[in-house]
Amino acid sequence: MRIISADKIRKAVSDLCIKANLILREDALFALKQAATKETNKKAKKILRAIIDNASIAESEKLAICQDTGMPVVFLEIGQDVKITGNLIQAINRGVESGYAKGYLRSSIVKDPLFRGKPGYTPAVVHRDIVEGSKLKITVFPKGFGCENKTQLKMFKPVANIAEIKKFIIDAVKAAGPDACPPYVVGVGIGGTADYACLLAKKALLRKIQKGLSPKGALPELERELLSEINKLGIGPMGLGGKTTALGVNIETYPTHIAGMPVCLNISCHALRSATVIL
Amino acid sequence: MIPNSEKLKAGDEVLFSGTIYTARDQAHKRLAKAIANKKKLPINLKGAIIYYCGPTATPKGKVIGSCGPTTSSRMDEFTPLLLKAGLKAMIGKGSRAAEVSRAIKKYKGVYFLTYAGCGALLSKYVKRAKLVAYPDLGPEAIYKLEVKYFPLIVGIDSKGRSIYEK
Repeated sequence: MRIISADKIRKAVSDLCIKANLILREDALFALKQAATKETNKKAKKILRAIIDNASIAESEKLAICQDTGMPVVFLEIGQDVKITGNLIQAINRGVESGYAKGYLRSSIVKDPLFRGKPGYTPAVVHRDIVEGSKLKITVFPKGFGCENKTQLKMFKPVANIAEIKKFIIDAVKAAGPDACPPYVVGVGIGGTADYACLLAKKALLRKIQKGLSPKGALPELERELLSEINKLGIGPMGLGGKTTALGVNIETYPTHIAGMPVCLNISCHALRSATVIL
Repeated sequence: MIPNSEKLKAGDEVLFSGTIYTARDQAHKRLAKAIANKKKLPINLKGAIIYYCGPTATPKGKVIGSCGPTTSSRMDEFTPLLLKAGLKAMIGKGSRAAEVSRAIKKYKGVYFLTYAGCGALLSKYVKRAKLVAYPDLGPEAIYKLEVKYFPLIVGIDSKGRSIYEK
């Protein structure tokens, strides 16, 4: 049994909240720079450059990349040989509160979804996975709601073909249109149950864009095809045209039931933010 | 005020210097309710520019925190009423409903876009920020901002033409 104190977790979460919100993910920045070089539409190029400038100002001046510092979503991979002393969930929420306060981030969370109230920093949404080993992996993923609002779930028939799935994904990007800060990163979850497909779609956004892919296999091929078709839509940065509508498409799958095929799509804006630490 | 706002065409780029007010979902709800009940508004809407923005906290030594635009379409249901009450221009991101375009044309308003997801960059154009109404809404309160060379793109012009419908 390895012991990790809740206090250590609180400090780690606090640091991750600041890092995620102030420093754009390396893969996202790389994809943006590549897109800015390749883009031929003048307006699109100018906007992509502004987005890259924004990331550099955010990092150097310690400002949030985006004023929507998101709903803090925390992913835990808890080794089964780890013993946590103290209150884990409380430690995470205190960590979020301290990180958001120290980082001058935004209070965006209302305590009651129906009756709203004055916004604060917490609670976070916490996903827990129990894994082998004696380590604790913590990822903080601040999810902005401009793009979260564009999430779509569809329960396909088990006999649905790839073309139908592709159409659903492309139509969902079209529906997001100029509203959710394109160029997007498109997370797709296929399989499991309805709720699990949604979780997979969000987890897909944690994987590195493009770069993490193996060159072969049906799934990477599908990701590339989708990316290329999405980029033919002509939505472009801010929806003002160009060939950069998405920076990447990441698909995660899981076995499912003989009677169905759940597909969920979770979009990220160009400010794809997450930070991870392993304790 | 926007000089020569009726000459602007969808797609034109403008650098605006002057006063703008932040307001988003909950502030719109309150403004609309106050208009409907003929109550006095906390800001003078005549000729005003509203920026759909809820900034982060202000770091020490800065005028304002990160302050980019939020999705405009969530404000669509309130916009015709606000335009009727004298609102001149809006700044946000994304498309608007058809009734908003019609109202913009009717009241000779204008809808601007600004760099979406670039709140750190846009904070550099804000020279002064003052909380003026609804402090209980936190980041959704109304702030009066003095901006200099704030970058805008005309999204819907006073003839109701949209940059997204070309």
